[in-house]
Amino acid sequence: MSTLQETTDEVLRLAATHFRVPKEQLAPDDDFFKKLGINSLQALDLLTRLEQHFHIELPDYELAGVSNFRALAERIQSRL
Amino acid sequence: MTSFRGKAISWTLSSGVIELVLDRAPCNEIGTETLAELEEFVTALKNMQEGAHALIISSARKEGFCAGADLRELYRGMETVSAAERLPRVRKFLERIHAVMNAIDSSPLTTIAAVHGVTFGGGFELALTCDLIIADKMARFCFPELRLGLIPGFGGIPRLKRDLGNGVVRDLLLTGRSINAAKAQAIGLVSQIAAEGEALRVARATAAQLQKFDRATASAAKRFVKPIPYDELRQEIDLFCELFTRPAVESGLRKFVESTEALPYLP
Repeated sequence: MSTLQETTDEVLRLAATHFRVPKEQLAPDDDFFKKLGINSLQALDLLTRLEQHFHIELPDYELAGVSNFRALAERIQSRL
Repeated sequence: MTSFRGKAISWTLSSGVIELVLDRAPCNEIGTETLAELEEFVTALKNMQEGAHALIISSARKEGFCAGADLRELYRGMETVSAAERLPRVRKFLERIHAVMNAIDSSPLTTIAAVHGVTFGGGFELALTCDLIIADKMARFCFPELRLGLIPGFGGIPRLKRDLGNGVVRDLLLTGRSINAAKAQAIGLVSQIAAEGEALRVARATAAQLQKFDRATASAAKRFVKPIPYDELRQEIDLFCELFTRPAVESGLRKFVESTEALPYLP
């Protein structure tokens, strides 16, 4: 099973690739809405990609109040 | 009329396939304008279906298939009329959209929803009128209406109950969570998953296959396996109208319309 650090790195890599942002510009505590410049529909798109990548279901209500990559990775980690 | 281009939708009939395309910014929210054009469509459908074997419904908006009812229009409408006038207006709207949905649901053609991205609320309900749902792998399905103090009002619950197990219906309805295309296929909602941007192509390939079958046989088979739950659809309108009069609805709509939150779509 992946560690939280590994999951966080995967989330950062996936977000960087999909939203075409250099990975080195993203940090675990960044607000992904601001850093990626995404709206709610794009956040759902990211959620779908994360579910596919990690082979999990992540109900969107679990993302309420989650805005940084580390917290997002923690939610994913709890489903692995 | 075998082709039409309106402000919110367009349709064409070509080689026996009717293609209805939703195209209203931002994500095909269904308000009075879209409803009026959908009514024109179902009128035209009665004439077109003699020369057709399939209907494909899709979206030209990159954001998704359809984000549901136009809540901003609904809220503005509530603000401009007296409390006594609101309910009859809402009931009238529901009666009209149900007539459209029932016409598509009961069409003798084999109907396909080719969906991608956001397929929420009324958009999900529109997809549920179709015989087959072909989903882009990035599609998401959701009934977020409880967040507004309402239930789905375009026929979604009876159709979901018709097609899926009640446990799944309760999950989607009572949690308001969205599910991805893979989950939707696993529970029996989606018949095929397409790669990103390929749902319409896959739907067209499926429609071409349908042309091989005798139309009367296909229509009879459809009638046999897909009853229209008219009684429950009527009950849904009544329950929606009963709930609509509660103060929670206006405050829920106001919260949505005025929301500056990053995720206003989340329950």
